[in-house]
Amino acid sequence: MRFLHKYGAPKRFYRLAGRLVPWFAAITVLLFVSGLYLGLYWAPPDYQQGDAYRIMFVHVPNAWMSMMTYVIMAAFAATGYVWNVRLADMLAKASAPLGASFTLTALVTGSLWGKPMWGTWWVWDARLTSELVLFFLYIGYMALQASIDDPQRAARASAILAVIGVINIPIIHYSVYWWHTLHQPASLTVTGQPKIYMTMLIPLIVMSIAFLFFYLTMLLVRVRSEILLRERHSDWVRKLVGAAS
Amino acid sequence: MKGGLLGAMRAVFLRELLVFWRRSTEVMSSLVFFVMVTTLFPLAVGPERRELALIAPGVLWVAALLATTLSLNHLFASDYQDGSLEQMLMSPYPLSALVLAKVAAHWVLTGLPLALLSPLLAIQLALPMKAVATLVISLVLGTPTLTLIGAVPAALTLGVRGGGVLVSLLVLPLYTPVLIFGAEAVAAAAGQGFASVAHLSLLGAFLALALTFAPWASAAALRVSLD
Repeated sequence: MRFLHKYGAPKRFYRLAGRLVPWFAAITVLLFVSGLYLGLYWAPPDYQQGDAYRIMFVHVPNAWMSMMTYVIMAAFAATGYVWNVRLADMLAKASAPLGASFTLTALVTGSLWGKPMWGTWWVWDARLTSELVLFFLYIGYMALQASIDDPQRAARASAILAVIGVINIPIIHYSVYWWHTLHQPASLTVTGQPKIYMTMLIPLIVMSIAFLFFYLTMLLVRVRSEILLRERHSDWVRKLVGAAS
Repeated sequence: MKGGLLGAMRAVFLRELLVFWRRSTEVMSSLVFFVMVTTLFPLAVGPERRELALIAPGVLWVAALLATTLSLNHLFASDYQDGSLEQMLMSPYPLSALVLAKVAAHWVLTGLPLALLSPLLAIQLALPMKAVATLVISLVLGTPTLTLIGAVPAALTLGVRGGGVLVSLLVLPLYTPVLIFGAEAVAAAAGQGFASVAHLSLLGAFLALALTFAPWASAAALRVSLD
């Protein structure tokens, strides 16, 4: 709690984030390089899918991150709404475009993977559809943020929307899942995926952590510029900008 | 005010009915929209009865959903403009209860007529007669959920530029579960799947859930918008 009070102030957090960014960026690069090496060279080709399965090392982490980012965003938004923490509002706002891009990447890579494996770019499968709806939820959140000028009101309004979204995500997911299973029971058990072996699991985990750190790095960078934008009339930002120019 | 909370809710309900009734073009426009959208489909898809019967549940449900979305803009907008919403905010009664009364009145004048009108359109779209009753039940269960959920984005976007389009952008992803089970219930009754009881029960569950949470969330949203 003391930590929160100390770094909850935007000015302090700006400095802390500035110090953390290079470290996080370095860890991200390191993890990406090793994860890609492990995924593209070290892991053996799949006995069914050949080399094409390797897109999984990008696709699966992005799909995980897309959902996790929404939950994190809603948690930040709720924190900002309930306790009036401005920093939490900014973190929520900065998370939205990142989450949307994770979702989009998961959809695009999934469709690239689907073409050689299922023979089609798109099926109305449960997971695909709920990922698409998740993308729409992100778009709605960002649109609401963008159309309200007063940052305080924008944060509070979009916080309500984000929390409703979080309640809805499981409902949407299971509705789509039941809808699909009611329609065609067995034929769409997507790939009949082989069990994952250690040699494929390790690169997957490394890549997932890499994307997590990518998110954290980008979040800090984005929140730093958001802080500068919101505090642009305060003394310390003026001094900072004056010193830089 | 006499009658306490229930009296206040009844007063709001009756007032809404009266206001909506006096401005009946708004009520009618969403109904006419519902009719026109469903009329467009045979023109686009072709008049074969078998094909029409196949897509009828989906078409009717999507049209009902869009008509409800369209009518959401009238839910709070005029009260926001003339200040009566602020009076409700200042009343000693919980805002969520008053919102619930408002939403109920809105549904009685938009969702209910839509459900009652739907058999006519179902016949036009060659939906089997045995599915018509399920269609009406599914709409009676589903449209109040749509209005309840939609009240939150409608409250959030009060006085925001581009409010109308924004509401549909925010609300349509949230509508997917209701659409899935509503259309599926009708399709099941028409003989394209399993029994429709399960779908109708889920629609009822959604309604119960929305009744519990949505008025409260809309009240919070109104407080943000009227800050």
